Amino acid sequence: MLRVIAPGALCTVQDLGRPGYQRFGVPVGGAMDPVACIIANRLAGNPPSAACLEITAGGAAFEVVAPCVIAVAGGDLGATLGSRPLPTWTSAFVRTGQRIHFEARRSGARAYLALAGGVDAPLVLGSRSTYLPGRFGGLGGRALQMDDVIRPASPPADPIRLAGRIWPKPVDYTPLIRILPFHIPPDLPDLSDLNDLPDLNNLTALPWRVGATSNRIGLRLEGAVPHIERAGDLPSFGVFPGAIQLPPDGRPILLMADAQPTGGYPVIAVAIQADLHRAAQLLPGDEVRFAWTTRDAAVAAWRALCELLDSPIAADEGVELAAAAQG
Amino acid sequence: MTPWRICPMGEAALLIECTLNDVATANAHALALAEVLPAEWRPLPAIRSVLIRFDPLRDAYDEVQARVRRALAGIAPDALPAGRQVTIPVRYGGEHGPDLEDAAHRLGLAPDELIAQHTAQPRRVLMIGFAPGFPYIGPLPASLTLPRRATPRAAVPAGSVAIAAGMTGIYPSQLPGGWHLIGRTEVVLFDPAREPPALLQPGDRVQFVAT
Repeated sequence: MLRVIAPGALCTVQDLGRPGYQRFGVPVGGAMDPVACIIANRLAGNPPSAACLEITAGGAAFEVVAPCVIAVAGGDLGATLGSRPLPTWTSAFVRTGQRIHFEARRSGARAYLALAGGVDAPLVLGSRSTYLPGRFGGLGGRALQMDDVIRPASPPADPIRLAGRIWPKPVDYTPLIRILPFHIPPDLPDLSDLNDLPDLNNLTALPWRVGATSNRIGLRLEGAVPHIERAGDLPSFGVFPGAIQLPPDGRPILLMADAQPTGGYPVIAVAIQADLHRAAQLLPGDEVRFAWTTRDAAVAAWRALCELLDSPIAADEGVELAAAAQG
Repeated sequence: MTPWRICPMGEAALLIECTLNDVATANAHALALAEVLPAEWRPLPAIRSVLIRFDPLRDAYDEVQARVRRALAGIAPDALPAGRQVTIPVRYGGEHGPDLEDAAHRLGLAPDELIAQHTAQPRRVLMIGFAPGFPYIGPLPASLTLPRRATPRAAVPAGSVAIAAGMTGIYPSQLPGGWHLIGRTEVVLFDPAREPPALLQPGDRVQFVAT
């Protein structure tokens, strides 16, 4: 059990979201980086659907108020346990009174802190994920704040066995997003005002910078490259995280977890599902590149990612941690 | 033969669009299609399309396409359920609908005439989107069709009833918005503690009533 000393830039409860409620206008939501969320859960002995804390950038701090096993995955936010480093991609037993501090961003953007037993929060529409714009999910539909207490949803089976585990395979966070082309040809009767299709060579020509207004809804892309000429408005259609919209200002938006399930901006490309976790580890000011790929390559990348998430976890030597737990 | 277009959207989704000219007819086809597609693909109906998402490791792309084509051949939008009729009481104009007079002026109507046309008959929920529980209702007749406001509002009050782009909608919560606000209702359109969470569903018919 943990108490929030400081939430940092943004800390929310997230799981794998609300697939199936999009027809009611509810975003999929959930962890921006579901890969890290699942791995943190696996290290902590939880099912992949358990809720974690999503910690954005640096500055978050927690006090252990009851002994438990935690695991950290995703971005390296300089986590420490007391005076020692708390390595990303590992689980650890933590004792009452110890402090967990995510000091500052070293790489990536979002760290996932799993608690053995899963982070407790009420299920809303089948998920514990916080949806900030809708003010529901997580703890009261809001970001975590000082003195919030993070409890396990269920007691973990064997805390000692779960401590000191290390994730065996590195996750690739290269800031390169592979994309597949998409456009609605302008031959619909109510789209006769569309201009010619935009020139999409700009999309992959040079890096884009993640804009200041980027958030869990989407990454706004600002280019050293010229803006892509806009097309027009379409009758709203279903979209999802990974779709790249082109709003009237010509600056593309890569939709992310909290994206509205429908949109009327033209979609010019779609990020492959296997690269979305890379986008989740970007913050405003970071550079990202896009590269065209093929459907076959996208499916192969997805298969490889699913296999990675199924990797067996061997317990670390971890003698010291286990001894600490018993002491 | 109904014209459809199947657009792959990434490696794990298809957008299936009805390209019929008439919005109401295209929407009826999309809603009928969403009913017959496998639930595991989470069919998401919109104005004139249905989005499906699938796991490419379980369902090969060609097989998904083939199943979609079989579904397209079998749908009968004429058999679309009538939908529930839902009455929405609205206070029009004044503080509840700050754009009523301006919208009426732009349409060349008296405010009362706009209200009379808005309440004239039940209209179909074409889709839910933009925000949790936000219904796109229509299509509206040409006499009520306005483009969106030039400058969107940063905060539209919850319950606002609005018109734009040939449709009418209701803001379920306080949201930014660019539609013309003509009234307000106290009906709760979205409650995450409810199952289903949205009051309205695509295919329902909404009758606005002035109170």
